[in-house]
Amino acid sequence: MRPGAAALGETLARTVVLLLLAFAIFGPLANLVLWGFAERWYFPHKLPQEFGLTYWARVFAPRGSALASLWTSVGVACLTVLVTLAVAVPAGYALARLKLPVRTLILLVFLLPQAVPNLPVYVNIARVFYEINLNGTILGVVLVHASHGLVLAVWIASAAFASVDISLEEAARNMGASPWRCWTSVTLPLALPGLIASAIFVFLESLDEFTGTYFVGVPDVTTMPLLMFNASMGGNYQIASITALLLLVPSILFMLLVERFLKADVLAAIGR
Amino acid sequence: MTTPSPAPESAPYLHADAVSVSYGATQVLDRVSLSVARGELVALLGSSGCGKTTLLRAIAGFVAPTAGRIVVDGRDITRLAPEARGTAMMFQSYALWPHMDVAANIGYGLRMRGRPRDAIAKRVDEMLKLLQLEGYGPRPISALSGGQKQRVAMGRALAVDPSVLLLDEPMSNLDYRVRLELRHELRALQQRVGIPAIYVTHDREEALTLADRIAVIDAGRIAQLGTPDEVFHHPVSPFVAGFMGADNAIDVVRTGDAWAWTPAAHGAPRARAHFRADRARLAAPGTPAGQGTVAVDGTVGQRVYLGTVYRYRIHAGADDFWVEDAERRDEGAPVRVLVPPDGLLVFPEAA
Repeated sequence: MRPGAAALGETLARTVVLLLLAFAIFGPLANLVLWGFAERWYFPHKLPQEFGLTYWARVFAPRGSALASLWTSVGVACLTVLVTLAVAVPAGYALARLKLPVRTLILLVFLLPQAVPNLPVYVNIARVFYEINLNGTILGVVLVHASHGLVLAVWIASAAFASVDISLEEAARNMGASPWRCWTSVTLPLALPGLIASAIFVFLESLDEFTGTYFVGVPDVTTMPLLMFNASMGGNYQIASITALLLLVPSILFMLLVERFLKADVLAAIGR
Repeated sequence: MTTPSPAPESAPYLHADAVSVSYGATQVLDRVSLSVARGELVALLGSSGCGKTTLLRAIAGFVAPTAGRIVVDGRDITRLAPEARGTAMMFQSYALWPHMDVAANIGYGLRMRGRPRDAIAKRVDEMLKLLQLEGYGPRPISALSGGQKQRVAMGRALAVDPSVLLLDEPMSNLDYRVRLELRHELRALQQRVGIPAIYVTHDREEALTLADRIAVIDAGRIAQLGTPDEVFHHPVSPFVAGFMGADNAIDVVRTGDAWAWTPAAHGAPRARAHFRADRARLAAPGTPAGQGTVAVDGTVGQRVYLGTVYRYRIHAGADDFWVEDAERRDEGAPVRVLVPPDGLLVFPEAA
């Protein structure tokens, strides 16, 4: 084969692979968009017969269940972030200042519950929460979400603190700062980008969480994923698609933010 | 262990009294005693891992001594928290806070001391002027060169009027030229402010040019404490001699009232004689040695060009050493090395 033809073949192969990849990523999204604006779409038609905004109006109706569940989701996610950070910040700092082998061991132990299948764990949690009257409460859902987000949050927080050079803290102490002032004026501001990133991850995890919410929250707490589930189970693909598209908005926004906040030195320290 | 050195002119301001530090089973400092007078600069000189930085950190309060006392201006600070000691440390990595600008870095210590805002601003301006950094106040740390960072670290340390200035190899991350310049600036500044200072370094030249006194540290103990001149010209042990640059060593025996080189072991009482590469002279074989001069017969080995002179590796019996000479010589040529009596540092062989 001539060199020019070889190069052409390579370019072609690359283009095909890229197109397939793009389809794998954007194909399902395109389907969501189609369903979001479809008024009527019956088999065997390849495209909706009628487009419109009726379902959007229904979702955004002042008394619609969709908006209510959106606020529930956001509220639960915010509370989850607070609860998680309250644990992850001190834990992450303590871990970051431990010697390396000990730190790795503890982080691995933290990771262990993730190896257990989620479903039986949630069934058990639901049972326990039922007995202590936490089932169907916002607090119960927040606790389930926090237990889920904690692993990631502690990992990222400990990496964020570990990337703060200890001599920066020593310099602060040396200049007359008490341990607490040293922490608030040097350690915390320097670790803040990593902590914000971990907060965002926890927020998004909580927004997306389905299984735990299903076992602990139903029927009193309805978050967006639960609403979406109910809608699609009831054959209402429009509502389900619109909900999914709405859930995409914070995800994309925050992902862009995370990319700005998570610096290379923090990423490099994760899990170390 | 230590030679009697001239007592500091004023009473000791900082006094470390038999300070020991251990990490687990490892003893890092073994009963080290050191006094520093007001305005004096003492260099702790030693190779890495000898304990010099540990002593500095013990004074700053980052390492707890297992035994001994540290007293500053009559106050026992051995068990105080770092922030209560009033020392100021300059770190090897500068340890400037990247999320604060230059002015905030310099003013940090004063903020922690609760000084009013305008007093801090005034002091920061003073420091910037003193360090020739006028106008740099609002700059971020990341926009500074190494030498400028060094100056800001200096300003941060001096802004609080510290009781003691502790310097942990502060120049080791700088270019040679910047280092030379800053070294003199630092010395002038320290003398002007009159703060006692301890300067940790592994650089012999730095210690010699900066310090009023040098403490050579070896394996957690002070091997010698004295003025640069004393330590350089009258090392008390082979270790100090070697560390101060007299790292050529030959076997000698006493013959009459002079020393003579012994190519092989004799029955006579032997000693080790140290000398510097630039204190010996190369001559033709058979050149008569003057009174007291030690003659060593050997052959020329490796040759290194240093610019003004050549440095030759000389093989003589069991001994190998370096001698500097202006003349170009060929490898393998027989040669006589002449070491004058005032260039010899003789240490009796340890029994």
